[in-house]
Amino acid sequence: MGQARKVQKPLYDGAEWSFEKLDTVYDAIEEIANEDLGLNVYPNQIEVITSEQMLDAYSGIGMPLMYNHWSFGKSFVQDEFYYRKGMRGLAYEIVINSSPCISYVMEENSMTMQALVVAHAAFGHNHFFKNNHLFKQWTDAEAILDYMHFAREYISKCEERHGVEAVEELLDAAHALRDNAVDHYSRPVPLSTEMTLQRLADREEHERSDYRDIWSTLPPDAEGTTDEKTKSQSQVANMVKFDLPEANLLYFFEKHSPVLQEWQREILRIVRNIAQYFYPQKQTKVMNEGCACFCHYFIMNRLYDKGLITEGSMLEFIDYHTRVVAQPEFDDPRWNGINPYALGFAMMQDIYRICHEPTDEDKTWFPDIAGCNKGIEVLKDAWANYRDESFILQFLSPKLIRDFRLFQIHDNSALPHLKVEAIHDSRGYRKVRSALAKSYTVSAMTLDIQVADVEFEGDRAITLRHMVHDDVPIDGKEAEQVMQRIAQLWGYDVGLYCEDAMSGKILATYDVTAS
Amino acid sequence: MMHFIDRRLNPKGKSLPNRQRFMRRAQSQIRKAVKEAVNGGKITDIGHNGRITIPSKGLNEPRFKYDYNKGKHDRVLPGNKEFSAGDQIKRPPKGGEGKGGKKASEDGDGEDSFQFSLSREEFLEVFFEDLELPDLVKTSLKEEVEFEKQRAGFVRVGSPSNLDLKRTMRHSLARRIAMRRPGSDEVDELRSEILALEAKGKKTKKLKELQEKLELLESRRRFVPYIDPLDVRYKSYTKIPKPNTRAVMFCLMDVSGSMSEGMKDLAKRFFMLLHLFLSTQYERVELVFIRHTHMAKEVDEETFFYSRETGGTIVSSALEEMQKVLDDRFPLGDWNIYAAQASDGDNFASDREKCLSIMQESILPACQYFSYIEVMDEQELEIFKDEQNMTDLWRIYSQLTPEFSNFAMRRVVKSNDIFPVFQDLFSKEHAKDA
Repeated sequence: MGQARKVQKPLYDGAEWSFEKLDTVYDAIEEIANEDLGLNVYPNQIEVITSEQMLDAYSGIGMPLMYNHWSFGKSFVQDEFYYRKGMRGLAYEIVINSSPCISYVMEENSMTMQALVVAHAAFGHNHFFKNNHLFKQWTDAEAILDYMHFAREYISKCEERHGVEAVEELLDAAHALRDNAVDHYSRPVPLSTEMTLQRLADREEHERSDYRDIWSTLPPDAEGTTDEKTKSQSQVANMVKFDLPEANLLYFFEKHSPVLQEWQREILRIVRNIAQYFYPQKQTKVMNEGCACFCHYFIMNRLYDKGLITEGSMLEFIDYHTRVVAQPEFDDPRWNGINPYALGFAMMQDIYRICHEPTDEDKTWFPDIAGCNKGIEVLKDAWANYRDESFILQFLSPKLIRDFRLFQIHDNSALPHLKVEAIHDSRGYRKVRSALAKSYTVSAMTLDIQVADVEFEGDRAITLRHMVHDDVPIDGKEAEQVMQRIAQLWGYDVGLYCEDAMSGKILATYDVTAS
Repeated sequence: MMHFIDRRLNPKGKSLPNRQRFMRRAQSQIRKAVKEAVNGGKITDIGHNGRITIPSKGLNEPRFKYDYNKGKHDRVLPGNKEFSAGDQIKRPPKGGEGKGGKKASEDGDGEDSFQFSLSREEFLEVFFEDLELPDLVKTSLKEEVEFEKQRAGFVRVGSPSNLDLKRTMRHSLARRIAMRRPGSDEVDELRSEILALEAKGKKTKKLKELQEKLELLESRRRFVPYIDPLDVRYKSYTKIPKPNTRAVMFCLMDVSGSMSEGMKDLAKRFFMLLHLFLSTQYERVELVFIRHTHMAKEVDEETFFYSRETGGTIVSSALEEMQKVLDDRFPLGDWNIYAAQASDGDNFASDREKCLSIMQESILPACQYFSYIEVMDEQELEIFKDEQNMTDLWRIYSQLTPEFSNFAMRRVVKSNDIFPVFQDLFSKEHAKDA
């Protein structure tokens, strides 16, 4: 980013921050964000808070308004413990996907830190929230704060009316299913009767016009042999009626549980909606942080180039920055998985490099963007239209694989040895890349569990099915605890069977009887 | 477009309700952990370092999870140094190399236990949950005896010493004016006039008139007295119970050669618990340390616990010293007096009677509570298990128990005996009995 330096007077000097300084720095950052990066952001609201308040904010999973539950208290005492013992620092900022986009910054931050945070959160994350397709599809930034307000009020009202214990018990059960409470696809809008009839008519018409007697070479089905699992009529009817299999467990209980009261259904809905709100964040950690880091790095460098921040500030910034994007190697004691900041930032920088200074290798790997000289445009397109999995699959370059010295280990618990599947060489690039991408898929994070069947005419037992992929089983002890809570929501017995996705063999079953 | 909002002055403790809910949820575990923290040896830290670890049973938030130790996984790791494609690596123990392995072990810890800090208040609250001052009832009764007088308006009856002159006179004056009591100048004037007329020697009609008038005035004066019982007002006082918020705690310990370090340590813990307990109940708790061998001395805390001394054992010397300090510095009405004595039970045989009499006559009546703990090692415990075998001091003191409900004695062997003993001594039941 070697733009010519038009030397201006630095906007501030020293570590102390004030609201006036923040204002001028914000304006300078906004100018760069608009003119050089062309970011498209929600209006910003930046709130200065103390470290105590930051701890508070942590416990409500980052939301400024959250209903009360002991589990938030649990995470609070734990965060507080680690923080007070100096074992863990606090985040410099928290940013909320809302409109206006709320960023919390800590009062302890130095002025340079505040500038960095504004660039990172108020512009980087903000742009990502507003433009990424997942956020657009699944979250409503305008409404979330009002909704949280409603949720909080509603739940506290329920506590008054039905008792804290009853609400707590319900929330416990709902929280256990939080991971299995998201819609992966939008539900179709229910059709009106007229449209349904129209469809049926169209279908009949289609069958009639397509009828060719000569083509029906198959013998007519013999009675009773159609289904090898011999599903009863009622089961089939249930499948249709309840739209089974259903992967959104909380949704299913909210809609169909025979024992829940209205207020209980509403609370399930609240938990489900909040889980859904966080669904895009889960899938875009690398990209979101990468986008924010790229923005703050770009903006801080531009500020420096313009002479708006001093060399001291720049050094301070670089110090923070390198710490944030550090990636310890796998045999390092600090190793704790791949750092999304590190991978994200490196990929964004790499894409920018490919666009502006491509090597021959880049030209063969990325013919459509290499040397296009529109790095920012390409990046913005990526931020809008990808999620972690597809982004890595599309953009992880051989150069980065070499830089990180990535390698793929195949671990089959049935074998005594681990096998090195691929390393950073021409035979390994694609393998490494797709293996890494796969680790960011939704299915790598949450188990493939659905409501498979409901015995509505017998004992009303509900059956869940876990599709086992790659022989990775479910943690049975935890599963039984979760099922206890499902039994609470459903009111009747709960069964779970684990089916191998490839062979269809049943690997394990669990049962919990409703008390 | 953009707002900065200063939230720093917003009320703190947004998480307090959640924290309280968590504490309620974890109540039983916390109670147990606090007990262990107390027994486990770091009594000096009590209340200052509220770090406790509780099992996360019941606090677990179950989810459907993968069992990462099984099945086939492909992991991508950074930092390859010597591996080539196709290499077979021996599985590192516990799978610690991979992401899953490391994560699992961390989570594993979290599953078994859960570490956090209690605030001092929270810690003590749990700590003292079912303890109560032994003589709380009695103390409050006793405290009502100590009154402070406070002015409370005026009353019509009272002792002459409380007569309020000013107010009485004011009432008198008002009444006199209202009743038209003739003033003395008026009478005097009339008298001198009569005298003057009499001096002239003539019995005129005027003289007679004046004499009748004087008679009238004087009878009026008799009817309307100068001070009527109606006028009298007395200052009134009410008794306000004087809060007694000070306590003094005497620590008495035998430091003769027969007391081992371990025994002293046990004693120390007991003293600390007692102090901690008292300091939550009283605004101010003074500590007096008296150690004794064959002679007793008041010393500072450091010397009390750590300096060595040799000599015989005469318990009464310590009791005498305590009595002296009490008389000098802690007048009975102003202080709640607590005493804790620790000893291995040895005493000079001839000291028996003296001990008993001091305890009976002066110390126990003065104390809110006197607790004696006998520290001993396990072998000794075996010997003294039998009721017949008693240490000298135990024998003496056991004569006191039926008579004085504010006296308690126990034997302590291990550090985790302390808390039960303490709890026992100060249990609510006990308070009721007293």
